[in-house]
Amino acid sequence: MNWIVDDTWIVIIGALTAIACALPGCFLVLRGMSMMGDAISHAVLPGLAIAFLVTGTRASFTMFIGAAVVGVLTAVFTQWITNLGKVDRGASMGIVFTTLFALGLLLIVQAADYVDLDPGCVLYGNIEWTTFDVSFEFNWGSTLVFVPRAAIILGSVALLNLCITVFFFKELKISAFDPELATTQGINAQLMHYLLMTQVAITTVAAFEVVGSIIVIAMLVTPAATAHLLTDRLHWMLVISAIIGASAAGIGHVLAIVVPPLIGFESTTTSGMMAVTTGLLFIVAWLFAPNYGWLSRILSRKDVENPFSGPLPTD
Amino acid sequence: MPDLAYHNKPSATPPLREDDHSPRAPLSIHDLTVAYHRKPVLWDIDLDIPEGKLVGIIGPNGAGKSTLIKACLDLVPKASGLVQVYGQPYKRQRSVVGYVPQRESVDWDFPVSALDVVTMGLYRDIGWFKVVRRKHKDIARAALDRVGISHLAERQISQLSGGQQQRVFLARALAQDASLYFMDEPFAAVDAATERAIVTLLKDLQSQGKTTLVVHHDLATVTQYFDYVILLNMRVVAAGPTEEVFTAENLHRTYGGKLTLLAEAGHALSQIKRG
Ligand SMILES: Nc1ncnc2c1ncn2[C@@H]1O[C@H](COP(=O)(O)OP(=O)(O)OP(=O)(O)O)[C@@H](O)[C@H]1O
Ligand SMILES: [Mg+2]
Repeated sequence: MNWIVDDTWIVIIGALTAIACALPGCFLVLRGMSMMGDAISHAVLPGLAIAFLVTGTRASFTMFIGAAVVGVLTAVFTQWITNLGKVDRGASMGIVFTTLFALGLLLIVQAADYVDLDPGCVLYGNIEWTTFDVSFEFNWGSTLVFVPRAAIILGSVALLNLCITVFFFKELKISAFDPELATTQGINAQLMHYLLMTQVAITTVAAFEVVGSIIVIAMLVTPAATAHLLTDRLHWMLVISAIIGASAAGIGHVLAIVVPPLIGFESTTTSGMMAVTTGLLFIVAWLFAPNYGWLSRILSRKDVENPFSGPLPTD
Repeated sequence: MPDLAYHNKPSATPPLREDDHSPRAPLSIHDLTVAYHRKPVLWDIDLDIPEGKLVGIIGPNGAGKSTLIKACLDLVPKASGLVQVYGQPYKRQRSVVGYVPQRESVDWDFPVSALDVVTMGLYRDIGWFKVVRRKHKDIARAALDRVGISHLAERQISQLSGGQQQRVFLARALAQDASLYFMDEPFAAVDAATERAIVTLLKDLQSQGKTTLVVHHDLATVTQYFDYVILLNMRVVAAGPTEEVFTAENLHRTYGGKLTLLAEAGHALSQIKRG
């Protein structure tokens, strides 16, 4: 295996993406809204395309804003449809995001006549190329370090999500667990919902270029679901999901380099391997988690302690 | 039950206003109508609840009991009407109102401990951008102790029995140290011991001068538990002191032609005569 400095950057970018996704991902999973990430990540397409058609450039910032706005709108439309008619949340999400996605595809095909905005790249991302887009460089001792733009963007988003999660921890927690109680405590649960949706939209858009719109869903949901199997406390769930996501980035990149040659292929895409790795980690947790794992359930089924040895239960 | 004076908030005396027809009532509802999808569920509710009463809200399934509570707490939109808590809109009185929702209203798999859930009742006191401190946990622990499950404080909430979960919800409302409580079916699916413990607690709250509204389904125990009842079925059929209002005729009007329920009501009334 031939490890170069670009490989380190790819792992760093992947890890930052994973951390940025894992934090809002935990709340999505706990609210039973995992598919909202899916919906938003697809629905942002027309935002990207419109921003491009309007400004005529692929300048990231406008595209970023366009996509983030449409992402938040997805959440708003979904809420409206759910509130107005006899449509459950899953169905309204489906209606909103497929419509927006289709619109986005049409627009992209239009836009593609003028400039290259590759639908494939939108879906799968291109983490390997992100290291060529250097934002700035600095001297670190005697070596010159090139900092890729993607590292800056995803680092900022990860930091933003970290700050939101830390500063609004109580409010996010109570709004996810019991929105009615939140309301009686003077915390606007609806507002917290949209804060979370904004986070998801921004994160999805930022992660787009790196892992694409499909794999971002894996990064939002799988580490969070895995962490939920491993702990009974929300703050640990957040920490563990971030660690799992970040490790998956490292492991995934190594696997992407190492595994395919073993079976006679070229090295494969890192983002794909990252998603596969999170899936594998989930399976491991599902099998071997200390309390909720399959194995510990099997083993503890017959292992009953004597209830009559200690003090009698008082309740 | 341990002593109750562990968390004393200065009890604000709400300002009197002349235009209210009973400014001191813990809860007064005027002309309240609530509808879901334009179909009215509560119609023209007018109520004044006197202070320090233990109030039973009685009515068949779908009568709008939960909706009445939620409308008072601004959790569902009102089509019309006015709700006042100690003479002021609920928005300004949040800290004096405690709510115990129906148990099914939350996901019990959520990764929090019993103590965490009780602490949530204090989030308003704690405030934005502040963290939960030792003293808040102490208040929460005392509340759990008061409902008799402080030994389960660190348990994840899905690993509690239904009755224990109900006690967690009660503890959460107690931790808030409100003066007006709404409880939605706190006796649902609890055993006799838990029911007795909850009743003792309710009487405790009453002896402290607090007002509690409890949605209750077991007609046989109404006279025993409550000194004031609201008979509800979309409208208020009757409301007042139990001995005046809890009559066969009113139950008839509340439950309509449901025969099995009438039999139950008959049983309840025979209890009144005996008691
Ligand atoms: N979110 C909602 N959307 C539409 N209709 C609703 C909604 N919630 C309640 N309803 C309807 O409003 C009516 C009153 O419901 P509510 O929950 O207040 O009854 P309840 O008296 O608490 O009944 P129960 O004893 O079964 O708890 C019912 O007919 C119910 O079908
Ligand atoms: Mg109800």
